[in-house]
Amino acid sequence: MTGMTVIVKTVAEWIKGFIIFYGVYIVLLGHLSPGGGFAGGVIIACSFIMMELAFGKDQAAKELSKHNSHLLDEYGALAILFLGLLGYFLPKLPFFSNVLMQKFSFIPFHILSAGSIPLINLAIGLKVSTGLYSVYVYLSHYDPSRQEEDK
Amino acid sequence: MVEVAIFLLLVFMIIGMVFVLEMKNLLSAVVMMGAIDFGLSVIFLLLSAPDLAIVQIAVAVISLVIMIRATIHREIAETPSQESTFSSRVVMLCFLFLFFVLIYPAFSLLPIFGEPIFAESASSSIKYLLEGMTQTGSPNIVTAIVLDFRAYDTLGEAIVLFTSVLGAISVLRYRNRKKSGSSS
Repeated sequence: MTGMTVIVKTVAEWIKGFIIFYGVYIVLLGHLSPGGGFAGGVIIACSFIMMELAFGKDQAAKELSKHNSHLLDEYGALAILFLGLLGYFLPKLPFFSNVLMQKFSFIPFHILSAGSIPLINLAIGLKVSTGLYSVYVYLSHYDPSRQEEDK
Repeated sequence: MVEVAIFLLLVFMIIGMVFVLEMKNLLSAVVMMGAIDFGLSVIFLLLSAPDLAIVQIAVAVISLVIMIRATIHREIAETPSQESTFSSRVVMLCFLFLFFVLIYPAFSLLPIFGEPIFAESASSSIKYLLEGMTQTGSPNIVTAIVLDFRAYDTLGEAIVLFTSVLGAISVLRYRNRKKSGSSS
């Protein structure tokens, strides 16, 4: 698969940044406006998939390979778990309690507010975007006739 | 007004579903599925649930691309279509009638459309609405509930997605399973 025509490649190159920017905006402002980690992560994964469709799998593997996307997915899951374990740092608090909200005082309606909620949103965004991209890559590159190891 | 729009969109989605089931071409059926997802997203938007609408349209786009890319180019074994005989249609209609009779009492138990069913002051949702902003500092109440009050559920959802990624990778890997048989 070598990708599509010059028109598709050019347009994909132009709008790639806008789609990623919009996804990051939805993830970062998840605690203030509609959206959140899952929706933003899916939009970022859409931009990765668009680049893969336009430029072919060799070019896409240079930017984000199968192995790295799977690794980032695992790091996102570990980050969510770590943010949940933060609840145990203060005494008599349960799992996933909002420790940062009780430790520090935030101004409401600002981007740096709501304690650990934006951090969990970021972790979920990382996890969902790379996880969906790796599902797509593994599903679309699978060739049943080949059984050797793939590098 | 909103009810009429939702009713029209539901009729549109049902017609689209019939087209999906009856379409001979697989690509047309997949594109028709996208139209159904769009209708559902507009319904969420009309019911003032923009969080759900964004997730619905984004997941619809991504699943459409995955379905086209991962299924259309494969050689899908043609299953011989069975001719639906008269007796099979009669049996199907009998089952539909039985299903309707059994499910009819449940319709009277449904709340009135648009009625807030958790409005009692004792329920926990009114506590979320009143104290969500001050306790979590997040103006978006959906995020406040999903990532603070019910964050344990969100961890479960993340684990579900993680397990699906692991399943896709372990089923679709290229390593020879008999020789090495180890991790991929």
